Amino acid sequence: MNEFRNLLGETIERLLADHATKETVQGAEEGTWPEALWSALEENGLSRLMASEAQGGAGGTWGDALVLLRAQGRYAAPVPLAETMVAAWLLSEAGLDVPDGPLTLLTGVTLKSDGTLSGTAPHVPWGRKAVVGVAMVEKADGKFHVVSAPLAGAKIDEEENLAREPRDTMTFKGHAVTSAPCDLTQGLETWGALMRSGLMAGGLDYLLTQSVEYANDRKQFGRPIGKFQAVQQQLAVLATQAAAAGAIAAHACERAGETDDPGFEVAVAKTRIDEAVNLSTSISHQVHGAIGFTYEHGLHLVTRRLWSWRAEYGSGRSWAARLGRQAIERGADALWADVTAR
Amino acid sequence: MRGEGSGQRPTSRNVDHGFRVPKNLRLAPFGPMPQGAASKNEPDSRWETPNLMQTFRFDPCRLPPEAEALRGEVRAFLSDALTDIPPVVRAQTWSGYDPEFSKKLGAKGWIGMTWPKKYGGHERSALERYVMLEEMLAAGAPVGAHWIGDRQSGQLLLRFGTEEQRQMILPKAAKGELLFCIGMSEPDSGSDLAATRTKAEKTDGGWIVNGTKLWTSNAHNAHYMIALFRTNFDPDNKHAGLTQFLVDLTTPGITIRPIKDLTGNAHFNEVVFADVFVPDNMMVGEEGNGWAQVTAELAYERSGPERYLSSFLLLTELIRELARTGDTSADAEIGRLVAHLVTLRQMSVSIAGLLEAGENPIQEASVVKDLGALYEQELPVKAHELAGVEPMLGTGSDYAQVLGFLTQASVSFSLRGGTREILRGIIARGLGLR
Repeated sequence: MNEFRNLLGETIERLLADHATKETVQGAEEGTWPEALWSALEENGLSRLMASEAQGGAGGTWGDALVLLRAQGRYAAPVPLAETMVAAWLLSEAGLDVPDGPLTLLTGVTLKSDGTLSGTAPHVPWGRKAVVGVAMVEKADGKFHVVSAPLAGAKIDEEENLAREPRDTMTFKGHAVTSAPCDLTQGLETWGALMRSGLMAGGLDYLLTQSVEYANDRKQFGRPIGKFQAVQQQLAVLATQAAAAGAIAAHACERAGETDDPGFEVAVAKTRIDEAVNLSTSISHQVHGAIGFTYEHGLHLVTRRLWSWRAEYGSGRSWAARLGRQAIERGADALWADVTAR
Repeated sequence: MRGEGSGQRPTSRNVDHGFRVPKNLRLAPFGPMPQGAASKNEPDSRWETPNLMQTFRFDPCRLPPEAEALRGEVRAFLSDALTDIPPVVRAQTWSGYDPEFSKKLGAKGWIGMTWPKKYGGHERSALERYVMLEEMLAAGAPVGAHWIGDRQSGQLLLRFGTEEQRQMILPKAAKGELLFCIGMSEPDSGSDLAATRTKAEKTDGGWIVNGTKLWTSNAHNAHYMIALFRTNFDPDNKHAGLTQFLVDLTTPGITIRPIKDLTGNAHFNEVVFADVFVPDNMMVGEEGNGWAQVTAELAYERSGPERYLSSFLLLTELIRELARTGDTSADAEIGRLVAHLVTLRQMSVSIAGLLEAGENPIQEASVVKDLGALYEQELPVKAHELAGVEPMLGTGSDYAQVLGFLTQASVSFSLRGGTREILRGIIARGLGLR
């Protein structure tokens, strides 16, 4: 599949280089929906990558999806590509129809006994723009049921995250939906955390590239600031953090494609990548100095997204607490066997 | 089996279309792109994502079934062999010297695993060797006696040594009977290895060596030193004129003085050479090629799992302590340490995959060594904060003693085998900053 992922990478790169410019991202922050970008993603089938071919997708794995997630993170592409890809995959896993148009993910909602949807879903990405929201609800049969909720008619309170992307509050009351069970053993928080991990790994790739380039360009005291050891050492730390994030995102995505239960790997990835984001956003802004703090410069378009993504689908700390409890309960002598079994 | 560099820019368009493009997907080289194929945008120095760096290769690497099969065998062996060794001794892992244990591993075929059979090796893969190593370290096996020879000296001789040297040295090393040390650092040459001054001057049939090597681990136990000497002095090019030699440590004129470290152990040494004769046939590689050879060796020195697994016992003992007290306030910190451990392991396995593929992952090794040392130095700090047990020497619980040893030893982890500053300099060079 190497060649496939190479081509996928080349496709998304060309597409984002054309359509996810700095102006596009800044325009989206002012409320302009980047139609050209979105329709290019849709027309090439990228937003349906993970749905089965029968459902109009490409049957892509999480490992394939990571190619798109990292690219989206690098370009800060202001569209629900990640959410649509994952939502389409969930619908497809449950054998539900995959509709056209932007899709999103819903948490915090419950399925009533009459089959309708109720509850308030917080921070819904592009809720105002999406045609269908997808939720996962654990039922008494022990299975996760995937819920497909047409969003017309839901109450929308528009809100924004730090990146000025829509994160709307959506309220459902006896809302007509379709749903079906799936065989996945992890709920939406896990898949959302994996999705955000892939995006964050891509954002960190950008911070590294951009910061190194800036350090080579910017001159102070008669030479590029990247020639100063103090700056080099900081950029080396940024590089190690970006490398760790990329490595664990790749591992977690491969595991998600190979096993039914990548919960452990996703917890590890979200925990580790959150920490990489903490350090790397700080270093990249330090290296950029005042220009990086201006709105005009592009750096913050990625760092503000990273600060938003790290907070979504469970903070690293909350995932770490679960990992730690599990490690302590399973006991010291199980740790190495558990780590090497994955 | 190596995965794909996910999300990274493809390096080659010469692809073998040995796969079927899913019907609902349009990929760049096939159908025309709907909005035009080439980028219309002028490069913008502030939005230059297309120039993505590919400095580090940490693609997922899946360990093959034969390596996983070996894991079971190694575990079974260790559960017997380590029964009577207390945790505080096991905490020393690859600095723990136990020549009898090394011979047992030699008999199992677990030294020189990747070397050719004709030199006493076993022709197994780098990934099998990786699994054996990580099992040894995680269990706290005392593997220090043969560690350096297995890790780098054998590789060096296979790559640069003469047939005579290989025949003479490698079969015994693979049995765990012949032990190495590495003579690089000197009193005035630590991180600045090119400042090496110990001199080898040409004489009839060999070389006369004078000077001092310092911080030489295990010199007092080793049979041979792989030493870096200056054979030519050009003040304008310090990197030229260095040559590697295989030195028999029983040669007259060599004085080895152990240096006690702050833990009270004496595992490193000062080695003084006073008119020591080293015969011509003990030169390793080419005269004057020492710098290049040492650089190649460092990829082996820095790339192994010992760079993040030296303190694994402290993590398990800490978890045991927290389970015993029923404390749940440390959950998130323990989880964070587990997340670091798993990430470092994946990166380390990935490097083993690069070694297996014949690559020289010096950059990747520097990344893992730097992150590994940070992690291992944080462990005793977290252990102190989380469990509130005073570290002890000689008495107290297993946990208190393991903490005692590693609290002291861990400061060396970002010094030995390349300091943090040197590693980050190497990484910065890889980033194109120097």
